[in-house]
Amino acid sequence: MVKKAASKTTKKPTAKKGLDTDRFGPSTIRDEVVLEVKNLQTNFTTKWGTVKACDGISYSVKRGETLGIVGESGSGKSVTALSIMRLIQSPPGEIAGGEVILNGRDILQISESQMTSVRGGEISMILQDPMQALNPVFDINDQVGEAIGIHQKVRGKTRWEKVVDALRKVRIPAAETRAKDYPHQLSGGMRQRVVGAIGISSNPDVIIADEPTTSLDVTIQAAYLRLLKQIQSETGAAIIFITHDFGIVAKMCDRVAVMYAGRIVEMADVREIFNNPLHEYTKALIGSVPKLEEKTGRLPQIDGQPPLLYDLPQGDSFAPRSPLKYDEKDALIRPELIEAKPNHFVQLSRCSVKDFDKYKDKVSYG
Amino acid sequence: MTTKEKVDYSHIPPAVGCSNDGEPIIQVRNIRKWYQVNKALPFIGKIDWLKAVDDVSFDVTPGKTIGLVGESGCGKTTTAKMVLGLEEPTTDGEVPIGQIYFEGEDVKTLTNAGRKEMRRSVQAVFQDPWSSLNPRMRVSTIIAEPLEINTTMTKKERDTRAGDLLGEVGLNPYQGNLYPHEFSGGQRQRIGIARALALNPKLIVLDEPVSALDVSIRAQIMNLLVDLQEEHNLAYILIAHNLATVRYMCHKTAVMYLGVVQEYGDTEAIFAKPTHLYTNALISAALPSHPDIVRDEIVLPGEVVSPVNPPPGDVFMSRTPLEVRKNHIYTKERPPLVEIGKDHYVVETPWSTVTGHDLSEFHLSVDEAM
Ligand SMILES: Nc1ncnc2c1ncn2[C@@H]1O[C@H](COP(=O)(O)OP(=O)(O)OP(=O)(O)O)[C@@H](O)[C@H]1O
Ligand SMILES: Nc1ncnc2c1ncn2[C@@H]1O[C@H](COP(=O)(O)OP(=O)(O)OP(=O)(O)O)[C@@H](O)[C@H]1O
Ligand SMILES: [Mg+2]
Ligand SMILES: [Mg+2]
Repeated sequence: MVKKAASKTTKKPTAKKGLDTDRFGPSTIRDEVVLEVKNLQTNFTTKWGTVKACDGISYSVKRGETLGIVGESGSGKSVTALSIMRLIQSPPGEIAGGEVILNGRDILQISESQMTSVRGGEISMILQDPMQALNPVFDINDQVGEAIGIHQKVRGKTRWEKVVDALRKVRIPAAETRAKDYPHQLSGGMRQRVVGAIGISSNPDVIIADEPTTSLDVTIQAAYLRLLKQIQSETGAAIIFITHDFGIVAKMCDRVAVMYAGRIVEMADVREIFNNPLHEYTKALIGSVPKLEEKTGRLPQIDGQPPLLYDLPQGDSFAPRSPLKYDEKDALIRPELIEAKPNHFVQLSRCSVKDFDKYKDKVSYG
Repeated sequence: MTTKEKVDYSHIPPAVGCSNDGEPIIQVRNIRKWYQVNKALPFIGKIDWLKAVDDVSFDVTPGKTIGLVGESGCGKTTTAKMVLGLEEPTTDGEVPIGQIYFEGEDVKTLTNAGRKEMRRSVQAVFQDPWSSLNPRMRVSTIIAEPLEINTTMTKKERDTRAGDLLGEVGLNPYQGNLYPHEFSGGQRQRIGIARALALNPKLIVLDEPVSALDVSIRAQIMNLLVDLQEEHNLAYILIAHNLATVRYMCHKTAVMYLGVVQEYGDTEAIFAKPTHLYTNALISAALPSHPDIVRDEIVLPGEVVSPVNPPPGDVFMSRTPLEVRKNHIYTKERPPLVEIGKDHYVVETPWSTVTGHDLSEFHLSVDEAM
């Protein structure tokens, strides 16, 4: 590390031109849907009964767009992602219905061998924990090269050049030397970049980033988020960001889908979600997080526990935790996801949406 | 309970940022935990020290929370373990001596009765509610275990107390008959808190008490802790990565880097005017609470360095984007905490604070940061 003097008079180390990616400006979204999920249903057979982990999920993402999927543990975020990748183990799991349209075709209908080249090709998954994603016994060249070899069918010198190029793309200094290192020889930040290099090596159209629940150091997390933004600006990929954390949504996403008990309860542009949330669950998730920017008074909290998916209430599964007063019979109605305002969707239930009456004309049970 | 005569604090060594106000329960003075990482041969090799905690001082007072914050490996848990008596501060050989005082008495010279009293008074709740409870024990037994060991209560009395404690943490007394696996993560954390409360402690060490919990449950647990603190005048030491949690829960905050407290004082004073570059870097990297809040990041050069044989001077030296003048005294000697405002202290060197700089000077680009 070369130290540089940055005293006030000598040098101002401000950001270089062309590096606006780390400023988290809005991503360049192209008006072209790259992935569309329609009424996706995935069930698990367990000894307690059928778990509808993904219960009729529909969403789409455009090129260059970042869609956040947020919701508490067990709400079905990962199962939805794994269903899109067709990585649900059967048994106990089964994709029971729906369509996953990637670049114009339903990938639930293609053969397994075709799917193998789609996976890690047109669509790829990046894990946040770099140690989990890298194999300690192979060097970096082997691991990045393997990914490149599969999708680009290149070997030898060409493959090597592509590996070095991929490492440069994620700004790994001295890429030629680093490529010969093993994972343990790299710093945490560098390993993250290698995982990123693998993720983009196939020029994916869609990247799914599934963030595990473990808490990372803020600086490491920030570096990971920067890396994703940078990859996006370099490849124009759509990103589906799965997270628990509305802070990540605020920082990263253009649009958000909020999941509860296997279903989407609200979906809208990120600012709309923060400024005008309609569903009580969304309001509670946003409101129950302490703020760094100011001293917060007592936090509003969501009472109760997340529901067990094999034992879901019949109608509105959020009703038991809703702070609103409602009639028991309304809780038995299965709410529909409606477009309350342009591009703002909400699962409209009397029990969980305060403004129900405003939109009740849009549903049969209104 | 025995009523204690007024505690005498006059003999407690002074430390920057610590007064004897508020009748501290625990006072930590210049403690160190140095782990020997090699076996040095006598007279030949030099010992390699991993300095997990190096010269830390603070006071813990009733009804107040002190937060220890900083990145993984900066020594937060090690500090807490020393307070809990799970680790001995290092004092052998070349290592300077530090002390921990419990209600004005050096813990090393406590009588057996004093030691017992301290063990009752200082409890802990850990991060992982999944592994910290014995899966084969009923919850009421788990909660009553400290009572069985430390009191002469009968089984019946213990069960009643366990039921009361369950109620106090928002669970139903009948749930005492269940086993840990029958509870969710948030409920298990409540059980851990009930157990910590069993002996009417004065201080509870909370090591990342909510970070393993679901977001929707965190507020429940934080609010419970705040309520219990008010009700019982409890002191907390809260260890957290998350600065927003610290701001919500803590009256005082110590920002640690590489085993050393870099900024210390009243939480609001620190957040109003974060002064150490490291504190500013942490804040700049924290997630925003609204999409319109865009923080320019301060990316410090390099990575967190190893705590093995850290430089003799300022441990932050290798991470600063500012010029480190050769032969400056603080390249050779540890810089002290300096008072810069009301109840606000920071390690001050020409390169470690933002004082006299415009924050935008530090908004480094990714390339430069690598
Ligand atoms: N192999 C399986 N067998 C049975 N149930 C399963 C299986 N995999 C997932 N599930 C169930 O599906 C539901 C959704 O799980 P999923 O992993 O998608 O949650 P998630 O939203 O990703 O949660 P987290 O935030 O904790 O990762 C859960 O209730 C889970 O128990
Ligand atoms: N028994 C031990 N022997 C040697 N080194 C140790 C031991 N325990 C801890 N350390 C080291 O001491 C340093 C501080 O560890 P500590 O667990 O206190 O960090 P922390 O701030 O709690 O980190 P985290 O946020 O990851 O929990 C680390 O470098 C750690 O590897
Ligand atoms: Mg998941
Ligand atoms: Mg720790």
